[in-house]
Amino acid sequence: MKQSLKSSSSLIWPLAGLGLLLLFNAVFNPSFFSISIVDGNLYGNLIDIFRNGSITMILALGMCLVIATGGVDLSVGTIMAITGAVVAIIYQSDPDTSLFVALLVALGVAGVAGALNGALVAYARIQPIIATLILMVTGRGIASFITGEKQIAVENDAFGYLGTGHLIALPFSMVLVFLLYGLMVLGVRKTPVALFIEATGDNEDAAHFSGVNSKMIKLLVYLVCGLFAGLAGLVETSNIANSDPSQLGIYRELDAIFAVVVGGTALSGGRFSLIGAIIGALLLQTLTTTLYSYGVDSALSPIPKAVLIVTVCLLRSDRFRKQFTSLYARKNVA
Amino acid sequence: MSLKISRKYVPLTATFVVFVVLFGIASLRYEGFASAAVVVELFSENAFLGICALGMTLVILSGGIDLSVGSVVGFTSTFVATMIMEYAWHPINAWAVALVLGTVFGAGMGCLIHFYKLPAFLVTLGGLFFARGMAYAVNRESLGINHDLYNGLASANIPLGGGLSLSLTASLFIAFFVLTFYIGRYTKFGRNVYAIGGDEDSALLMGLPVGRTKIGVYAFSGFCSAAAGIVMTLYTWSGNPLNGVALELDAIAVVVVGGTLLTGGVGFVAGTLLGVLIYGTIQQAIYFDGNLSSSLTSVAIGVLLLIFILLQKAIVSKGEEA
Amino acid sequence: MPDPLLSMRGISKAFPGVQALSEANLTLYRGEVHALMGENGAGKSTLIKTLTGVHQRDAGEVLFEGKPIKPAAPLEAEGLGISTVFQEVNLIPHLSVAENISLGRQRSRFGFMQWKEIRERAERALKRFDVEIDVTQEVCSYSVAIQQMVAIARAVDIDAKLLVLDEPTSSLDENEVEELFAVMRKLCAQGMGIVFITHFLDQVYSITDRITVLRNGQSIGEYETAKLPRIELISHMLGKPVDQLADTGSDGLSRSEAASQGEAWLEAKDLSKEGVMSSFDFEIRKGEAAGLAGLLGSGRTETAKLLFGILKSDTGETSMAGNSVGNPKSPRQAIARKIGFCSEDRKREGIIPNLSVRENIVLALQARKGFINTISRQEQNRIADKFIKRLRIKTPSRETPIRTLSGGNQQKALLARWLATDPDLIILDEPTRGIDIGARDEIEELIRELQKEGMAVLLISSELEEIERLCERVWVLRDRQFVGELSDEEISEKAIMSLIAHSDEMEGSDEAES
Repeated sequence: MKQSLKSSSSLIWPLAGLGLLLLFNAVFNPSFFSISIVDGNLYGNLIDIFRNGSITMILALGMCLVIATGGVDLSVGTIMAITGAVVAIIYQSDPDTSLFVALLVALGVAGVAGALNGALVAYARIQPIIATLILMVTGRGIASFITGEKQIAVENDAFGYLGTGHLIALPFSMVLVFLLYGLMVLGVRKTPVALFIEATGDNEDAAHFSGVNSKMIKLLVYLVCGLFAGLAGLVETSNIANSDPSQLGIYRELDAIFAVVVGGTALSGGRFSLIGAIIGALLLQTLTTTLYSYGVDSALSPIPKAVLIVTVCLLRSDRFRKQFTSLYARKNVA
Repeated sequence: MSLKISRKYVPLTATFVVFVVLFGIASLRYEGFASAAVVVELFSENAFLGICALGMTLVILSGGIDLSVGSVVGFTSTFVATMIMEYAWHPINAWAVALVLGTVFGAGMGCLIHFYKLPAFLVTLGGLFFARGMAYAVNRESLGINHDLYNGLASANIPLGGGLSLSLTASLFIAFFVLTFYIGRYTKFGRNVYAIGGDEDSALLMGLPVGRTKIGVYAFSGFCSAAAGIVMTLYTWSGNPLNGVALELDAIAVVVVGGTLLTGGVGFVAGTLLGVLIYGTIQQAIYFDGNLSSSLTSVAIGVLLLIFILLQKAIVSKGEEA
Repeated sequence: MPDPLLSMRGISKAFPGVQALSEANLTLYRGEVHALMGENGAGKSTLIKTLTGVHQRDAGEVLFEGKPIKPAAPLEAEGLGISTVFQEVNLIPHLSVAENISLGRQRSRFGFMQWKEIRERAERALKRFDVEIDVTQEVCSYSVAIQQMVAIARAVDIDAKLLVLDEPTSSLDENEVEELFAVMRKLCAQGMGIVFITHFLDQVYSITDRITVLRNGQSIGEYETAKLPRIELISHMLGKPVDQLADTGSDGLSRSEAASQGEAWLEAKDLSKEGVMSSFDFEIRKGEAAGLAGLLGSGRTETAKLLFGILKSDTGETSMAGNSVGNPKSPRQAIARKIGFCSEDRKREGIIPNLSVRENIVLALQARKGFINTISRQEQNRIADKFIKRLRIKTPSRETPIRTLSGGNQQKALLARWLATDPDLIILDEPTRGIDIGARDEIEELIRELQKEGMAVLLISSELEEIERLCERVWVLRDRQFVGELSDEEISEKAIMSLIAHSDEMEGSDEAES
């Protein structure tokens, strides 16, 4: 009984946070919820939250698996920059490159990057923070090197659709998130992979002794995380029709980690929640959009983010809970 | 004295060899590279990176990590510039307050890490966001500093003879190096940092003040980052909330390339100095070349980082076998 | 007798759900080495921890040098002169020997630490027991034996009067043990009292003066080592009076036809791993129940881990049904060969704590089937329900996280994990430890059933009775060696105990009896 409360509470917190934010908006800014239809497509704050949050959501889906194995991938932001640079240079050299080829090459590069991280973690047995730090340090340099140290405009209609197009009245990036989520549910949740990931993250020795190929699992999750990061990089590049190696995806890894942790997956690994990661990303984006709609400079948005993450960490800390409950108990006695 | 190098010194020796080889190659390739002026330049160009890296060295030695240093540099530079130019503070007051703020900020993160057993990586990540946000809260734009003291300090160089002089920023870097070296080698606090990074449980059983030391390490890192921010204003005569973006990565990289084990407990403050010099040499060589893209600096550092991490792994696992 | 250095009387300590110590006693004199003996759960470490201030005792009194003490923390105990050296050397591996000895106690002059003084102090401290090494080298560059001595040097450097050595010899070879004993003798000659905890009987008899035996948190007695035959020591530790033991097995259990004939299903020759197990041969047939008996630390678990591929053997070869197949390289390979291994360390090597009972049960089977071949949820439910019913696992539902179950039910779920893979050989390491009697009977019953179904069972247990009841063949281990094999009627608690004790001494105690 106590248990079922605890496991569902991991989703209750971010949902409550999201609800509170929406309620706040409903009271003070009812127009926040208005949705208009232009050219048969939906527009409005709520749609924007999904659209602007789609990058974080895609990243968080991949990051969620990595964190579930007890690891972390710091390099997703730089992988975004690298794929952005690759696709920019492809279209620069031949503006008529087919979308398929461009995506294939760019995602191939992202996959290699992810596999490299995975190999360092699983086979060279280097701590995940350290292993992925290498690419985090190097990646932006590689991206700048690819574009020749400059921003490159990426103007290709087919490619532009990724970030700016609409499908059945919804932004394509939003649809893409739904597709990827569905793919993850089918490919991970509905297969033994989820069991292996959770077993590896929860008790790696016991999983190993039960015959789980933990190394393969780790390689796989970093590979998937790299691919998703690559896709996120493509959507972002398409959205702003520009590839800036020094800015593209900067600090995005932090957003992704935040979203996953806020969404109820513990950094120590084990049980993960894909929908939680999506909700976490939505919460972050709603926070940003809300602040923005009240005219708070977007440059200041890191502050509430920082407060949010430290609060979430504290709520998870046993010691803090104890202090908090004893404080509460004392008040009740008095 | 035997020539056999103790295992302990292998990474440091490797760092030294890398530095000599890089500097040697650059000297052979580029005319005028092997000059005292370039060496002095290595110190002044990278003073702020170096000072951050020194603080980071102690954090990493203690087995932790501090991702907030770049943001604290950005905040401090903006804060100092804004206080001097918009609130007419005397620079010395602005510096003092900035140093206190940086130290308190670091100590606060240390407390969260120690008392609530939160992962250092997450807490300092929060610190990174917070400090960057605060930098923008103080001032959105880059702000030039125009003050008599700054004008005076620009010429406050230490002559080295032969027409060379050491700039104020370079001297500050060297002063911080001496200070950190002293802390790491000659104080109980410094030795406790090594012990905690080496084996925290053992350190506790040995009765060492683990909590105080951990908090102290983050406070020192905050202090160094604030000092680096001040050095940045001295170097650029301005404060910019964008200063020091991703600086934490370079700082971590030079510490590791300097032979400090990222898992803590092993390393040398002197190694970090060498790491900074390697970073500077690569940067200067690319600048001298003129045809190479400057982004290759971080690629080269990243490759060195990979090599050093694999080297460390090999040394540590060999040690475990023995 | 002079006044004791330490006198612990009527010490009790309870943890939630367990009475770890009830009225335990320990008396130690200056200049003696005193062995503290007992099997798992006897309360040795709890007793030591109440002495050194890690735990606070609930009742009882401790007199140290005649004065009552109650240290609140290890540091306070150290201040009184009570130092401890643990099995896992508590030093900082990458700092120098010299620094490890003086960490936290260094002296500074003008704000500078005096490195020369630190070196000299370390050299002096080690010289006290004739250890001469380069103290500027990292601790981890020396052997574990030297590290132990450095730890002891640190412990006694603060005028310690009492030294507790908690299993300091478990990873030392013979020569290293001798070196350590030389140090211990020197310290005793200087008037120090030493409490020595070890699993090695030979060591107890070669170094200690007296022995205190604990069992289930109670003091069984204090004995002079020279006057206590090994077999009696073992019988005190296991709680089996020697004279009450029958000479032959209880029920005429004998190997079934199929098991005694035919070729071995699994045969391992000359398996060994340096520093872990000496070379041994092993074989088992289908439908056979074999046992590994020995005291804690005798190499029982290591044998199982070598057979299951968790530890990799340095030598030897494994064959199945007469064909050489190579030693298992990983648990995965062993599982593919239809072997299962239920670890004694349920918490660390067994359960996946936050996953459900169902997920824990299907894990090994799904791992063997791989990534693609999914066991449908329906099938998972069926498997889980089947075993929950068959093994009578008490759980609110199959979706309950396994960590919330009682120890016995966790153990049953882990058994189910292996049974679900339909193994030909199942290795059970202490399957009944720490679980209640009801569950224990059920598990014993299950073992019999499995055997009847043709499964080979290898049982590891410190309950000799259990081995006697269930096994048709027993290998006895002592100090990481196979020291004897018993089968059929030869198996009796007494025979096992005398093999553990030392076969030659058995005769002596036999005479004493008659």
